[in-house]
Amino acid sequence: MIELTHHLTVAAILFVIGIFGLFLNRKNIIILLMSIELMLLAVNYNFVAFSWHHGDLGGQVFTMFVLTVAAAEAAIGLAILVTFFRNRGTIAVEDVNMMKG
Amino acid sequence: MMSADLATLAPEIVIALYAMAALVFAVYTRKDALAGSLLWVTAAVFVAVAVYLGFGRDTTTEAFGGLVVDDSFARFAKVIILLSAAAVLVMGQGYLAGRGLLRFEYPALIALAVVGMMVMVSAKNLMTLYMGLELQSLSLYVVASMRRDSLRSTEAGMKYFVLGALSSGLLLYGSSLVYGFAGTTQFDGIIAAAQGQAPLGLLFGLVFVASGLAFKVSAVPFHMWTPDVYEGSPAPVTAFFATAPKVAAVALFARVMHDAFGGIVGDWQQIVALLSLLSMFWGAIAAIGQTNIKRLLAYSSIAHMGFALMGLASGTEFGVSAMLIYMAIYVTMNVGTFAFVMLLERDGQLVTDISALHMYAMQAPGKALAVLALFFSLAGVPPFLGFFGKLYVLRAAYDGGLAWLAIAGVIASVIGAYYYLRIVYFMYFGKEQDDPIPSGGTLVNQGLVTGCGIAMLGGVLVLYYVEIPALAAAISLVQ
Repeated sequence: MIELTHHLTVAAILFVIGIFGLFLNRKNIIILLMSIELMLLAVNYNFVAFSWHHGDLGGQVFTMFVLTVAAAEAAIGLAILVTFFRNRGTIAVEDVNMMKG
Repeated sequence: MMSADLATLAPEIVIALYAMAALVFAVYTRKDALAGSLLWVTAAVFVAVAVYLGFGRDTTTEAFGGLVVDDSFARFAKVIILLSAAAVLVMGQGYLAGRGLLRFEYPALIALAVVGMMVMVSAKNLMTLYMGLELQSLSLYVVASMRRDSLRSTEAGMKYFVLGALSSGLLLYGSSLVYGFAGTTQFDGIIAAAQGQAPLGLLFGLVFVASGLAFKVSAVPFHMWTPDVYEGSPAPVTAFFATAPKVAAVALFARVMHDAFGGIVGDWQQIVALLSLLSMFWGAIAAIGQTNIKRLLAYSSIAHMGFALMGLASGTEFGVSAMLIYMAIYVTMNVGTFAFVMLLERDGQLVTDISALHMYAMQAPGKALAVLALFFSLAGVPPFLGFFGKLYVLRAAYDGGLAWLAIAGVIASVIGAYYYLRIVYFMYFGKEQDDPIPSGGTLVNQGLVTGCGIAMLGGVLVLYYVEIPALAAAISLVQ
């Protein structure tokens, strides 16, 4: 029998993978965007699991909002990435280093 | 009652419709030449809505089934947000026009960000909170990288985007836990569930939500994006970042903590006090070694956020009113300071190095005097306005039983005074320069610098008239 705690554990693992992807990834900014997306999806999983557990639709409505905003966010992130690539000629994470301190 | 709901949210709806109409109009006419007038119209709309909010209502109304609330706390924050956004818009016009950056998207995006901020401070539900926050953030990511051909600007946008998205993720994960353990996203329901011994899951949610919000107010240890974004963004955008979004984020922080978690003050008080302590000290210490004035002001804003959070940490009505007064004073100081930063031009290039300010008082004695007042006020020297702001939050922390935090605040303020006074020293007693910065700049910026400089002394006389609505706002928030 699959219970709420199982769902929450999966979501927590996904969320932590997302955060680690953000901090440990040294290669490519696209991977950062994927990690962000993974975090948001983990949150969605959480919301749906809680919504199912409570028998309350609010969580699923929230999920819809998060999905929509995540799409807009990805669009803006890629747009900024394109302008950055035009100026820098690379999208390696270690090359995002003009400013430090 | 649909029409009553719409009437409650009328200011937001008006600005949102205005922003969309402005975009359609500008796309249809295809003229960036109109951007200058569009900018002034946008500022006028902001001021008009601020006047309507400031003198219009004095009741607490909920709308759309309790998704948003219009109370004096929200109105106080909205008036500051709108007025500071209007001031920042008009002060950036000369700078943007001189660099070919004055596109019609700029005022429209700022208007949309302002709508997001207004929704944030009115939020009474985690969903409304998230939508407002994202509307604000997504607009800000774009304006940060508005200078598309500049590596620094696009890098600033990139960093802001990645870390902003991370903070939204943390906030959302917290929201999902709060929803799960309170059973609702409505603040009224959360406060009912979070009483006395709150469930552990709810406390986890609270910590995640608090860290997501701490990112937005750029409190240490979630501040790492601030200096880079301030340095890289075009100066008018930096000025905007330092004012309106900070007010909105701090007000949202207070709203969530008191409206949703008001029953477990003891649990979040420690978190906010720690954020405040770290921000004050790190903001003061890290700024000492900076040579770029925009970076320095970034650390300055981090330190000021620490002081504002001190008012919140006290957990009392007076603390919230002290926080609101502090934010109003902080915004006035920053509008003046950034108007000054935009005046520092040589051959059409912005000079951001502090060493260029040596003997500035010889070039422009009037402006140097106004900047002296602003920097003394930022440092918190009596009898300037900034001192009274600090006095309020320190008293709030002391009354709220956080005497150690108040003492730490005084020490951090003394450390921080060093780098403000050093700039004033450079301006008056620095080395002779071969190539000094010419005295110039647009009339608007000169007026703003002078006006804010005068307000640093004259504002003390009218402080009483800010105190009354701030206290009313705090009472409407803290039950």
